Amino acid sequence: MDLYEYQGKDLFARVGIPVSDGRLATSPEDARKAAEELGGPVVVKAQVLTGGRGKAGGVKLAEDPDDAEAKARDILGLDIRGHVVRTLWIEKASDIAREYYLSITFDRGAKKPLFMFTTQGGVEIEQVAEENPDALVRLHVDALEGFQPWVARRLVYGGGVEDPSEQKQIAAIVEKLYRAFVEFDAMLCEINPLIVTPESEVKALDSKFTVDDSGLFRHPDVAEWRDPTAADPIETFAREKGVTYVKLDGNVGVLANGAGLGMSTVDVVAHAGGRPANFCDLGGGGSAEGVVDALEVITRDEQVRSIFFNIFGGITRCDEVARGILAALDTLDMSRYPIVVRLDGTNAEEGRQILADAGRENIHPEATMLDGARRAVELAA
Amino acid sequence: MAIILDNDTRLVVAGLTGSEGRFHGLRNRAYGTNLVAGVTPGKGGQDVEGVPVFDTVAEAVDEAGANTSLIFVPARFAVDAIYEAVDAGIGTVICITEHIPAHDMLRAYTYFRGKGTTMIGPNCPGVLSPGKANAGIIPAEIFSEGSVGLVSRSGTLTYQIGHELTQLGLGNSTIVGIGGDPVVGSSFVDVIEKFETDEQTELIVLVGEIGGDEEEKAAAYVAEHVTKPVLAYIAGFSAPPGKTMGHAGAIISGSAGTAQGKKEALEARGIEVGTTPTEVAQMVAERMK
Repeated sequence: MDLYEYQGKDLFARVGIPVSDGRLATSPEDARKAAEELGGPVVVKAQVLTGGRGKAGGVKLAEDPDDAEAKARDILGLDIRGHVVRTLWIEKASDIAREYYLSITFDRGAKKPLFMFTTQGGVEIEQVAEENPDALVRLHVDALEGFQPWVARRLVYGGGVEDPSEQKQIAAIVEKLYRAFVEFDAMLCEINPLIVTPESEVKALDSKFTVDDSGLFRHPDVAEWRDPTAADPIETFAREKGVTYVKLDGNVGVLANGAGLGMSTVDVVAHAGGRPANFCDLGGGGSAEGVVDALEVITRDEQVRSIFFNIFGGITRCDEVARGILAALDTLDMSRYPIVVRLDGTNAEEGRQILADAGRENIHPEATMLDGARRAVELAA
Repeated sequence: MAIILDNDTRLVVAGLTGSEGRFHGLRNRAYGTNLVAGVTPGKGGQDVEGVPVFDTVAEAVDEAGANTSLIFVPARFAVDAIYEAVDAGIGTVICITEHIPAHDMLRAYTYFRGKGTTMIGPNCPGVLSPGKANAGIIPAEIFSEGSVGLVSRSGTLTYQIGHELTQLGLGNSTIVGIGGDPVVGSSFVDVIEKFETDEQTELIVLVGEIGGDEEEKAAAYVAEHVTKPVLAYIAGFSAPPGKTMGHAGAIISGSAGTAQGKKEALEARGIEVGTTPTEVAQMVAERMK
């Protein structure tokens, strides 16, 4: 789960990482009030779960409350890479002497947490890594050893920070960032930029924070922050129904059991010359009810012209899936969708028989995954 | 010979008294796996269809001679079950449980790697050595004994490819589902290393998917250390960046972890990559002629 900037900063503040004082706003009037409370110049920042908001005009300096209201009016409703701005973070403006970068991520390859630090902050870190790799200090932490002060020293000295006060402040932030990373089950904590003010004060000006979904049960307050409006509406509906669904932009609805087979089915539809409309994993159980829910989700996408069911029964029983398909035909309006069904594995014979006996004309059985994909692509044309 | 599981396997199921553990544990036994014990704290002394249940793994090792643990307990308790198995001296731990927090798994991984334990999973379908033993949820009836080693991050996709192989008359030495989580106990490299030294295995099929760089590492390892032919399939060519495709590990982040990138890395090391599961099976059949 990705957090908004203000949520990430909330977690930063909980572990003692310095951030600027700020307020949330959802209307221009809120923004004015926030600016009045904060006093002095403020920065009006769009809260969106995507990068590049600065370039898209989503971050603006406001001199006073009037100006904050005007800037908020400009930014609210803005579409930034497909994300519509509904929330603003109004923050006390900071003077910036220098911009650094500090992050900790879950390095799957090394199976260790990875710190990255550079004094060349404020730009895309990939750019620094490519153009000036020596300026980027990378350091793995042993998960059992945990944070030790030498880790912070290696980063600070390795990055070439010379001012003793800065060294001390950054080292403290490194330690706190590791705490936030572990305590909140984070997959990524990034501060870009980590700024130094003209008064030599170091603080986090932005936050990028991703929490492991599997760890959310330990953080009910964070789990509640999930914003249903941030995702595609069909994906949100799928989440409510407990269906694993990712929207793509084609016209062949795809439904498989298991993530790997699901991805493979999407690929095979594309390989057959079609355009998959979605990825949808029925999951391990594959009850009749689950099938109905999944079909309800898939058919909310108006682009869908045909549906391809690709089931390889393991735990999932094909007869149960077949019953689910028939139940969906009874409860949902499915008449305009040709449904190609390929069943193999546990109880496949029974499943095929159930569908054959039902004699529905929009059900098209196919024997193999490849033939099923080809048929579904033809029927979507 | 096969790898990980064979005729010497003595299986203990953690969570044998739960519905999943019971169903699959007994199914594994019906296949011929030597299921010697179950472990459920507080239920020691009971039995499940004649299989003795112990309170601790240590007792299952001492009294029933268990050497392989299959874990079916809920996510919140699964890491504890992994540590318990490792500390009881179990050499092979297979964890089916999904949704284990990544940080918990990371610490456990760092711990058991130093102990020489073979860990498979979590969030995996298990391991099957056809004709010898099955530990997990893989439907054994669709596989037959043979000489193709199969290692995969996914469950049902493995069944699909195994089924295609079976239809072409090809059997497997061992099928290993390593799991779809960000941190899994064994990587492709770990399993391929075992297949390379296994006498029964003549050819290795790697079934990868988007996310991470384990396929790329496997490609480099194969080029350096593996004499047996290796073929591959990668799922997720149509996946959009930034979205997880069902598996927590299946995500394209930035420019890394794409299916195309993996395909190119494998092909650069001389490993052929099939476009569909059907094509991979046909390529295997061609090589095995």
